[in-house]
Amino acid sequence: MAKTEIRMTGSGGQGVIMGTIILAEAAYEDGKQVVQCQAYGPEARGGSSKAETIVSDDRIHYTKIKYPDLLLSLTQESLDKFKDAVKESTIFVVDSDIEVPEEIMKAHKVYSLPILDSARNVIKNKMSANIISCGAVNELTHVATQEALEAAVLNHVPKGTGDSNLAALRLGAQLIKEYK
Amino acid sequence: MSEKRFKLLQGNEAVVEGAIAAGMRFYAGYPITPSTEIAERSALRLPQVGGKFVQMEDEIGGIAAALGASVAGLKSMTATSGPGFSLKQENIGYAAIAEIPIVIVDVQREGPSTGLPTSPSQGDLMQSKWGTHGDHPVIVISPSSVQECYSETVRAFNMAERFRVPVIFLMDEIIGHLREGCEMIPPEELTISNRRIDRKFNGTMAYAVQEGNYVPEFAPFGKGDHFNVTGLFHDLDGFPTNDNQKTDSQERRLLDKITKRRDRIQKWEEVECEDCETMIVCFGGTARAVQGAMDEAKKQDFFKIGMFRPITVWPFPEEALNKIIRQNKHLRQIIVAEHNDGQMVLEVQRIVEGRVPVIHLGKIDGTTITPEEVLKKIEEEY
Repeated sequence: MAKTEIRMTGSGGQGVIMGTIILAEAAYEDGKQVVQCQAYGPEARGGSSKAETIVSDDRIHYTKIKYPDLLLSLTQESLDKFKDAVKESTIFVVDSDIEVPEEIMKAHKVYSLPILDSARNVIKNKMSANIISCGAVNELTHVATQEALEAAVLNHVPKGTGDSNLAALRLGAQLIKEYK
Repeated sequence: MSEKRFKLLQGNEAVVEGAIAAGMRFYAGYPITPSTEIAERSALRLPQVGGKFVQMEDEIGGIAAALGASVAGLKSMTATSGPGFSLKQENIGYAAIAEIPIVIVDVQREGPSTGLPTSPSQGDLMQSKWGTHGDHPVIVISPSSVQECYSETVRAFNMAERFRVPVIFLMDEIIGHLREGCEMIPPEELTISNRRIDRKFNGTMAYAVQEGNYVPEFAPFGKGDHFNVTGLFHDLDGFPTNDNQKTDSQERRLLDKITKRRDRIQKWEEVECEDCETMIVCFGGTARAVQGAMDEAKKQDFFKIGMFRPITVWPFPEEALNKIIRQNKHLRQIIVAEHNDGQMVLEVQRIVEGRVPVIHLGKIDGTTITPEEVLKKIEEEY
């Protein structure tokens, strides 16, 4: 049974909730079973926010994630908050501005990617960081086909930003492919 | 563009889609977390199907407007959370005595008063039955998946129409804010009940029960005749009466229309209850953690667990629970898991009458019960 548990974290407003919705919707359209949920509350604006999706071949009963297969953090605060709720095999994807503690670097596969910088300076839209993240996460987990992922992105981004968001999605995948 | 049949939806959104499939054409309410998406999607979707959405000035106005629309012939809904559910209680009683069909959604949140607006809870279970004063009929349904948010909302509308009662759709934040796949079954493939209209209405007996029926057929609104609607005990013509005999017969009929037909109303799920050693009784979102615990238990050499889940929580599926207790000779304990300090456990204890130990697993800190906590409780009590 293939089951992938993804936790995306960042600060409120960075779009990590939308990121997990896009991944979940794409996987669902591909015929997978999915659940998606998020932490609401004051943390939903500023502070650290958390969203999760589970993708599986089988019916998903319990809706929450204890230890994710992949933890993505876009801010230092969110990494610090969620770095301990992991298992040995958890893959970390973090923004390259984040300082990752030595023990995590040693124990886990860590991808430190210029996500926020690429959003600002390559895509020229800082709101695209979550889409770059989706591209990177899917390149590592393959929860959805590229076709379904692109359709899900277009279904959720504002009109007129489709092309730049698709570019962001491809950039995210490229960051993983070229990662050394 | 034709709508997709399978869609990734939030529980709150699926309620609206189910309601529209059931024929809802009026929504009035006042947005409140964690139910707000129900108002938002109703505002978007109702105009697309020729319906009306009204954001009222407050919670009381929300239910009052929905009741008015229902009397005028439209299937109506309102949604809220704990603080608003408290405010709506008076009008829920009004709907009960005046026999006005309506669906009231309560997406529960933690604590009394404004509590924890964004945290899951199931603390309104007893309120959903007893929140409005006086003996009154009540039907309460609680979904535990996004799909059930869709299909059970349809059933809620059907029962509201068929029995002329308020139906409470008792949700929790776990399911309200969960996204998962939902099959949007089109109306032509669903069983849809509509209220019966008294085409021969003679302008006087708006509350007379026609032969062969157990609820009065609706007087045709807007066709020229007038009739009285009141929260006072009333005679068959709808006007108040103090007559004790008439009061008794009206109150009896209001209660009997539910209790005598509860076999058509009750609905529950049994998972491996026939030979389990521990049976967990739960409802709504809690069931997902219980099923998670059952999945875990199967991976280990663990006690045999079953799950009994009322979908119609009121009237409680008492006969079904009794049957399991009579027939399952392996049953050693019942654990009632709920996100409150012990509400459904009281009902289960009443039904079980000491034949098996009944233990409570509750949580009131705004976090959710986990599968690990369920397994730990089973081991502790075994």
